[in-house]
Amino acid sequence: MSEFEPKIICFFCKWCTSAGADLAGTSRMKYPPNGVVIRTLCSSRVDAEHILLAFQKGSDGILIGGCHPGDCHYQTGNYKTRRKMLLLRKYLEQMGINPERLRLEWISASEGKKLAKTMTEFTEQIKSLGPIPKFGEKEGEE
Amino acid sequence: MTENKNDKKIGVFVCHCGINIASTVDVDKLVEEFSKYSDVSHTENYKYMCSDPGQKLISAAIKKHKLNGLVIACCSPTLHENTFRRLSENSGLNAYLCEIANIREQCSWVHEDKTEGTKKAIKIVKTIVEKVRKNESLTPVEVPVTKKALVIGAGIAGMQAALDIADAGKKVILVEKSPSIGGHMAQLSETFPTLDCSQCILTPKMVDVAQNPNITLYTYSEIEDLEGCVGNFKVKIRKKARYIDEELCTGCGICVNKCPSKKALDEFNVELTTRPAIYVPFPQAVPNIPVIDKENCLFFQKDACRICEKVCGPKAIRFDQEDEFIEEEVGAIVVATGYDLLPITEMREYGYGKYKDVINGLQFERLLSASGPTEGEVRRPSDSKIPKDVVFIQCSGSRNPEYYKSYCSKICCMYASKHAMLYKHRVPDGHSYIFYIDIRSGGKGYEEFVQRAQEEENVVYLRGRPAKVYQEGDKMVVWGVDTLSGQQITIKADLVVLAQAIIPRNGVEELIKKLKIQTDEHGFLSEAHPKLRPVETNTSGIFLAGCAQAPRDIPETVAQASGSAAKALTLLSIDKIHHLPIVATVDEDLCSGCEICIGTCPYSAREIDEEKKIAIVNEVLCEGCGSCVSACPSSASQQKNFTDGQFEEMIKAILE
Repeated sequence: MSEFEPKIICFFCKWCTSAGADLAGTSRMKYPPNGVVIRTLCSSRVDAEHILLAFQKGSDGILIGGCHPGDCHYQTGNYKTRRKMLLLRKYLEQMGINPERLRLEWISASEGKKLAKTMTEFTEQIKSLGPIPKFGEKEGEE
Repeated sequence: MTENKNDKKIGVFVCHCGINIASTVDVDKLVEEFSKYSDVSHTENYKYMCSDPGQKLISAAIKKHKLNGLVIACCSPTLHENTFRRLSENSGLNAYLCEIANIREQCSWVHEDKTEGTKKAIKIVKTIVEKVRKNESLTPVEVPVTKKALVIGAGIAGMQAALDIADAGKKVILVEKSPSIGGHMAQLSETFPTLDCSQCILTPKMVDVAQNPNITLYTYSEIEDLEGCVGNFKVKIRKKARYIDEELCTGCGICVNKCPSKKALDEFNVELTTRPAIYVPFPQAVPNIPVIDKENCLFFQKDACRICEKVCGPKAIRFDQEDEFIEEEVGAIVVATGYDLLPITEMREYGYGKYKDVINGLQFERLLSASGPTEGEVRRPSDSKIPKDVVFIQCSGSRNPEYYKSYCSKICCMYASKHAMLYKHRVPDGHSYIFYIDIRSGGKGYEEFVQRAQEEENVVYLRGRPAKVYQEGDKMVVWGVDTLSGQQITIKADLVVLAQAIIPRNGVEELIKKLKIQTDEHGFLSEAHPKLRPVETNTSGIFLAGCAQAPRDIPETVAQASGSAAKALTLLSIDKIHHLPIVATVDEDLCSGCEICIGTCPYSAREIDEEKKIAIVNEVLCEGCGSCVSACPSSASQQKNFTDGQFEEMIKAILE
């Protein structure tokens, strides 16, 4: 049987993290192909419901990328994202989903290297966590 | 084959980008995959979609198949989104029905395995097909442009930009943090490679700035706050209290001469001398109005003195003056905040900050300058002796990723040669030595200038970075190795001049946060594209000039400043700009008027319709961040073309 290849959804903001991902590409950095990007204007557009839906539909990991604190193109969007994700991680735990499956990273347009590193590390981390449990089932303790 | 449940006719166009995409993504497979979709009416791949034939092919397909949705799988939307949206509009299809699937930067360039790359590219295109299925036609809101520019920083870059904009007949607000305009260039003695007197070529420009009727100058002022967006920024300026009535002051200078507190370190002379608590930075300062430095003023510190007040003829001293706030509206902004040198405390191995006779390049400029503390005679700070052996150390803090800065500060090779040369002109029997790693003299007349220093002015060039500088009696011993001869070298110098690394202007981080623009890892401002958009930031309407972006010399700075002025003028020349229509919307039936969106919006674009008791959106103010949409507890708020329904389908497309 082939190795478990996690399905990862990446919500990246247009101004910082998606631009950082573009820079990683332009610089021909390499990272695993598991993460697929949904580009939003701001990370704050990402709704808790989107994340829950993604987990429900079988996403093994979700990576949210926004601008560094203080750098948000929309002034305070990233702070809203941070608050939302903190709460959501607690909720995920109650739902029996390992909160490590949801990661928030600040990656700027000039941080192609950080983007590639984060993609690689997060894919590895999700691989080690294994597939997401079926909805309603608790994640086994390891 | 999926059944076509909607009336969509989508075209999927896959670009090979030569081999940039095609080598890692099977473009034929993509076409095969998407031709299975019932609502994809047409799909094909082509070598270069952005080329003229590529665009013609898309345009023809739009018309032939009556397409009402367009997916272009190609490079990043930051590159060709505009190209294809324009094409779409010109071919009779609303621009917002066209979307880009980024299969180059975020796929083919970052993966190596073609099977994996193709698999991922299919997922990426699928998400965009899902998005396009539910995209609506949108019309941008037109917003008038405020025909006025703001220039932040009045060194040579900011002055040049302000003058260019003003000369084109547009109003400019020029804001400078220091008491005078002029920046670092005012401190320089002569400039390479022509040895023009810096002040002689700068001060006429300073006067031009002061006298230009289109320029409103705020010195000793800072940006307090910035709101709005391209075409319509609202800026709040803090005009710091000088404690002088600027209308009454005649600039006679009696107060400065009579001030008994003379302990403050003189910023203009880079702390080589002291100055009074009430001071004008330098004789040609613009405006020629003094400032009271509160920290050193006897009145503010000890409630004593008030001599300046007594001697002032026109009674212009105002101890009770307070900071003033000015609000201005502008359409474009040029950021020209300049540079500083790596702080003195950092170079421990060279004894910088510990030994008085180890100084930085700007201090040496002041020693060379006719208006400097020694009136152009080179005398060392410790005992005012004329130094007979002077060592110049380049790359002091630059090109040193282990301990300091990894980048090259660019101008030091040239100014060190200039320093050594000017020193020889002042002290003909003196010896000057330059320690260098490489000599970088790219620029018109630059290499010839270095050759002149070496061959005609007998400056000794030694290749290597000295390891240490230490004191021995009244000498500064420079200890290093000449890497060309392999010999260890010890020079007993009277004065050591360090070409300190250039760093972004102290305190500029605060400003950058207010402007919402980005910097690189070193704190220099980021340009929108390193090659093709070098004077624009990623925030439209905000432009860059000078050393705020990266170390550079005067001619390059002036050229770039004129470049950003031209960009600002382009913006100010149009009457209306299009406001992004990807704004928030409200479903009146679902909205309960809870007002959560109002608190969430950073732009005051949400308000309550008092009659209907529901929240509404001001489309001109809405910037489309979508934070109100995700905060809405009843899903009454949506974002145009980024609806919850679209996200749902995109998520499912990735996970299928």
